[in-house]
Amino acid sequence: MADKSELVTVRMKVNGVQHEGRCEPRKLLVDFLREDLGLTGTHVGCEHGICGACTILLDGEAARSCIMLAVQADGAELQTIEGLAQNGKLHPLQQAFHEHHGLQCGFCTPGMLMTALDFLRVKPDPSEADIREGISAVLCRCTGYQGIINAVKAAAPVLRRG
Amino acid sequence: MKPPKFDYHAPKAVDEALALLARYDGEAKILAGGQSLMPLLNFRLSRPAALIDLNRIPALAYIKEADGSVRFGAMTRQRTIEFSPVVAKRLPLLTEATRWVGHLPIRTRGTIGGSIAHADPSAEYPAVLTALDGEVIARGPKGERVLKPREFFQTYLTTSLAADEILTEVRLPAMSGVAGYAFEEFARRHGDFAIIGIAAVVVRDGSRCSMARLATAGAGPVPVRLRAAEEILEREGFGDDAIARAAAKAQDLVQPDADIHASSDYRRHLTGVLTGRAIKRAMAKAGR
Repeated sequence: MADKSELVTVRMKVNGVQHEGRCEPRKLLVDFLREDLGLTGTHVGCEHGICGACTILLDGEAARSCIMLAVQADGAELQTIEGLAQNGKLHPLQQAFHEHHGLQCGFCTPGMLMTALDFLRVKPDPSEADIREGISAVLCRCTGYQGIINAVKAAAPVLRRG
Repeated sequence: MKPPKFDYHAPKAVDEALALLARYDGEAKILAGGQSLMPLLNFRLSRPAALIDLNRIPALAYIKEADGSVRFGAMTRQRTIEFSPVVAKRLPLLTEATRWVGHLPIRTRGTIGGSIAHADPSAEYPAVLTALDGEVIARGPKGERVLKPREFFQTYLTTSLAADEILTEVRLPAMSGVAGYAFEEFARRHGDFAIIGIAAVVVRDGSRCSMARLATAGAGPVPVRLRAAEEILEREGFGDDAIARAAAKAQDLVQPDADIHASSDYRRHLTGVLTGRAIKRAMAKAGR
């Protein structure tokens, strides 16, 4: 389909907006989002699928964008951190992170929020142990996690109410 | 930390993928869920001439019941397996083991065929395949081969898949409705690869054990079926002494290598401890 340096056309909907770009097949999805689409809210951390900072929603499900090629997302619908707040109003999960000190430096926060969003859809009424397991998909080096756990716990009933 | 250059192909059918594999004559890599291969590419530990991406082959993603077994297309996502009612009913051991595979965002992409073909000895699915004595289907230019776990897993990250073959299907015999099961694992953090994992399935007849299946993850270069420990249960039943003897036997049966995560002795010790726990939990779940 594409030789080494040949550019491929990649089309995807991100946060409801259709985008198109051209890149080498080896371009990582996270780099495509940041460099080609200018959506720098998704962070590049470990670049091998461990830290979770680059987590986005791919067709509604959380996935690591650093271990996926941009060309693989051709035709997909993505949601990134930029799509969470609506009309200047924080998403309930963002509001909960704000209120419960769920972030310090903020580096892991985009990945943490997208991971928590998917987690709460799969498990709308989680126990604290469930939350700890759910957010173990993302590494945070500042908060000690407790604020994040409190934030997810607080956001769960708000999201259940819709 | 960016992949080297490669030709990229996303065939729509398995035959097309096989033709591409043949064309690159061993220089191409198959890309399944990418949760192991993409990190290797990012680190440039792998530099294939081409990637043959199976993600655009819908015919490789399915869960089907047939002839007393459950058949999984190689590209079936771990996340799909985790929430599959058919798997929960017929292969509850697999449902339980799946929750130990990485994290939910990893399972979104990771596939059953990819995990088994990658053959990381610490991974959960190879242990489940071994405990249930399932089969994998390898398709090549000359047709299909059916491989048992013992024939398939050769050593660390190495299988008997030929360079021109693709793992297309995984078959697991449906568990008896009265079987008890458990997947026990110890890792430093949830979602890490197992230091040791134990898959157990038992069928009980009162205090007797009419069938036991035990297999390891992380206890050697390939998953180990703990047949001599199973035999102790099948001979002596589920008394505390028998379980302790089976656990001690499990520890004797493995020769794990040491690595940065754990010493060989520690892994052997864990094999015994987790085998005991897995048997007890499986026994408690078994109907009679």
